[in-house]
Amino acid sequence: MSKANIQLPIYLDYQATTPTDPRVVEEMLPYFTTKFGNPHSRSHSFGWEAEQGVEHAREQVAALIGANEKEVIFTSGATESNNLAIKGVARFYKDKRNEIVTVVTEHKCVLDACRHLQEEEGFKVTYLAVQQNGIVDLEHLRQAVTDKTALVSVMAVNNEIGVIQPLKEIAAIAHEKGAFFHTDAAQAAGKIPLDVEDMHIDLMSISAHKMYGPKGVGALYVRRKPRVRLHALIHGGGQERGMRSGTLPTPLIVGFGKAAEIARLEMAKDNERIRMLSDRLFNGINNELKDVVLNGDRAQRIPGNLNLSFSYVEGESLMMGIRDIAVSSGSACTSASLEPSYVLRALGVEEEMAHTSIRLGIGRFTTEAEIDYTVETVVKHVKKLREMSPLWELVQEGVDLKSIQWSDH
Amino acid sequence: MDNRLAYLDYNATTPVKPDVLARVAEALVIGGNPSSVHQAGRLARAVVDQARDAVADLVGASPEQVLFTSGATEANTLAIRSLAAGAARAQRVCAATRILISAVEHDSVVGAAYAADLPVEEIPVTAAGVVDLAALERMLGAGGPAVVVLMLANNETGVIQPVAAAAALVHSFGGWLHCDAVQGPGRVAVDFEALAVDTLTLSSHKMGGPQGVGALVVRHLALVSPQFVGGGQERGLRAGTENVAGIAGFGVAAHLSANDVARSNEINELRRDLEVELQKIAPDVRIFGTSAERLPNTSCFAVAGVAAETQVIALDLADVAVSAGAACSSGKVRTSRALRAMGVPEDTASCAIRVSLGWNTRRADIERFLGAWSELMDRRRRREPKAA
Amino acid sequence: MAYGEKLIDHYENPRNIGSMDKNAQDVGTGLVGAPACGDVMKLQIKVSPEGIIEDAKFKTFGCGSAIASSSLVTEWVKGKTVDQAETIKNTEIAQYLALPPVKIHCSVLAEDAIKAAIADYRKKAGKVAHAAADEPAKVAAE
Repeated sequence: MSKANIQLPIYLDYQATTPTDPRVVEEMLPYFTTKFGNPHSRSHSFGWEAEQGVEHAREQVAALIGANEKEVIFTSGATESNNLAIKGVARFYKDKRNEIVTVVTEHKCVLDACRHLQEEEGFKVTYLAVQQNGIVDLEHLRQAVTDKTALVSVMAVNNEIGVIQPLKEIAAIAHEKGAFFHTDAAQAAGKIPLDVEDMHIDLMSISAHKMYGPKGVGALYVRRKPRVRLHALIHGGGQERGMRSGTLPTPLIVGFGKAAEIARLEMAKDNERIRMLSDRLFNGINNELKDVVLNGDRAQRIPGNLNLSFSYVEGESLMMGIRDIAVSSGSACTSASLEPSYVLRALGVEEEMAHTSIRLGIGRFTTEAEIDYTVETVVKHVKKLREMSPLWELVQEGVDLKSIQWSDH
Repeated sequence: MDNRLAYLDYNATTPVKPDVLARVAEALVIGGNPSSVHQAGRLARAVVDQARDAVADLVGASPEQVLFTSGATEANTLAIRSLAAGAARAQRVCAATRILISAVEHDSVVGAAYAADLPVEEIPVTAAGVVDLAALERMLGAGGPAVVVLMLANNETGVIQPVAAAAALVHSFGGWLHCDAVQGPGRVAVDFEALAVDTLTLSSHKMGGPQGVGALVVRHLALVSPQFVGGGQERGLRAGTENVAGIAGFGVAAHLSANDVARSNEINELRRDLEVELQKIAPDVRIFGTSAERLPNTSCFAVAGVAAETQVIALDLADVAVSAGAACSSGKVRTSRALRAMGVPEDTASCAIRVSLGWNTRRADIERFLGAWSELMDRRRRREPKAA
Repeated sequence: MAYGEKLIDHYENPRNIGSMDKNAQDVGTGLVGAPACGDVMKLQIKVSPEGIIEDAKFKTFGCGSAIASSSLVTEWVKGKTVDQAETIKNTEIAQYLALPPVKIHCSVLAEDAIKAAIADYRKKAGKVAHAAADEPAKVAAE
């Protein structure tokens, strides 16, 4: 395999962020230069032009998730959307309902928002465990939701392991008890078909930069019928139906809209390609290496996320070896720390296996040549690191690692 | 800029400068999440760090004091909520018991103040639009520790506020001062140390940078209690993947706005000539805030009997963009809070429009405005020969 | 995080990878760390009758810094007496490789590994009369 037709480094970290699609950039540029108005300026054409750009984008985003454009609130990104949905709904309904149900494998920002409500504002929060495949156990969920539950928040697609949660079923359980259902769809929008009507979703967080749009913009879908109400986090000019004040960043929103439109039109085609590449990567590695474990459910997942444990090889050392391939060990937000991923731990993955995990993220711009180069590079370095690994050596000698009493340091 | 149009609404938003746009476009395509440890992530991190240095330089703060946000509205909310709730706890001193805001603050400040769980009082301004420091002193003395909010310069009239003096006063009473400085950079020097405020808001798109990014400059990080949590960005004080391209552009805009301040004499001259001409065209024009120190770029004026609505529509048809009141009112028809606070009667205030100049304003733009405006005034004279 | 040149060099071209016969009388073996913590180092020294370390080998499961730290110490101990090798401090390792603060523990582990290998060697040397040496893994677990 030659490097001739590949540009290094190879980007395989599509869950952390995606490159902005050139078609998106092109759409955005005029809004910096000639159509630069403040979309809230009602007195001149600059403002109207910007407003039209924003409203068109709102339709594009709404179309991606089967919503009405009036139900789409623009925010600065999924973190803000998640904070707004969870804190906003909880605070609005707290007199009648003061419980929240979420899942241990949620994104940090969902967990932290819930923890804040629990520790600072007296809410009761239930953190549901997941099954070994990463999927929520619906029976457990049904037991956790009560008629005091204000909100059930379960992510659509997990950022670390790519598993898809049964949204429609979860919504039904939440609604049985009159709770609202929020889903963090940052990793799902544009990757799997989403329809807020069919799935009965009340609130949904979306991020532009996870679907080939720009960073710094996202959306929160807020259902109008039956109406979901929430307390705003940012106050002021009363933009976004009073739920989110602040000058709307027109170019970012226009880019987000374009990204949503492209995702809607090309999702099937993209997914087919990504699935082919994903299989090629998975099979290529497994044909050459034994003891490689795929984390998360095999079937109920997006194809663009392969979270693999390379037994007996520490993940960071592997990342260092394959330096010209950008991947992640654990989620991007926490990978500066040495703790093994809480998501993998929640699946019951042993700590030593969690330390051997790498997330390979495949996306729209990944090529076959890049995948082949990745297979070759990963295999080479795993073999080298295993030769260097005392654990591999012990296992080859027939020693059961669990029989050794390890020292902690 | 397009020759066809005269854009004179820089206090609402500014066109992005070419160098800024180049940097934004470049940063959009580099990709990478600043939290990722691989090369792409580190590159994005470096872009953010570099911009942070530039923004810190702009106001003479240190980079550690700069937190990036999604814009000024978020920064104002973050500051007010933090000072109202978190600051006291972090500093282990008496908590704030009330919020005092000047009567001419921006909507985002007003909204955040009334949404906090403390009583809010408004500090009056003089007829010139300057905050009444004697009144502030009386108010500070009449109750417990206060969070005070005072803008650097008013968005509607351009009147500059005595922020440093107010900060000294507020601190002598054991309170905190937040300053919304969005209209300052590029027009006047903004010095975080000299102003001696606790927190200060900046907005990229008011200084030739992109929309969707702003900053809160803070005296001590302990003052901040985060509103968005989860992810640990901005030292845990503002979670969310950084708007890398926007921040990159903000950095360049911050760097360039020093040159704009140098050019402020030129802008000031254009404004002076504009106002001389206004008075020639309509001797009964009333220009607001002229007896106070004003930003060099802003002119807010009214001619009784000619509704602001009428003026902006006629001007827009003539390809001139100005504004009636603040842009952030989301279409709500109401008169300016600033003018009302200055004691301007409702019927005059409803005739006020704002012309605001900026980095790409040329004399031709002013002339185009004057041409269109004088035509408008002529029509009025013909219709109402005996107008007061 | 960006890594220093020396660290990268030791990671990419690790010195003295391998294993020696852990049952040999002149070989001391240290096995420290734990898989659950994400790093395990096995360090072995071969000592001449004069008490000079004439060979050293390592295997490491761990991040790049852990690999580089163990590779470095195998270089440093060769040619030294056992007593001299025992004085190697983790701070020297961290400084030489310019380890970032979050990776200092890797140098601590490397120091532990030398000490464990020396202890194992001394235990064997003191028990020359006895037939069998203890399992090195158990030494690590002390």
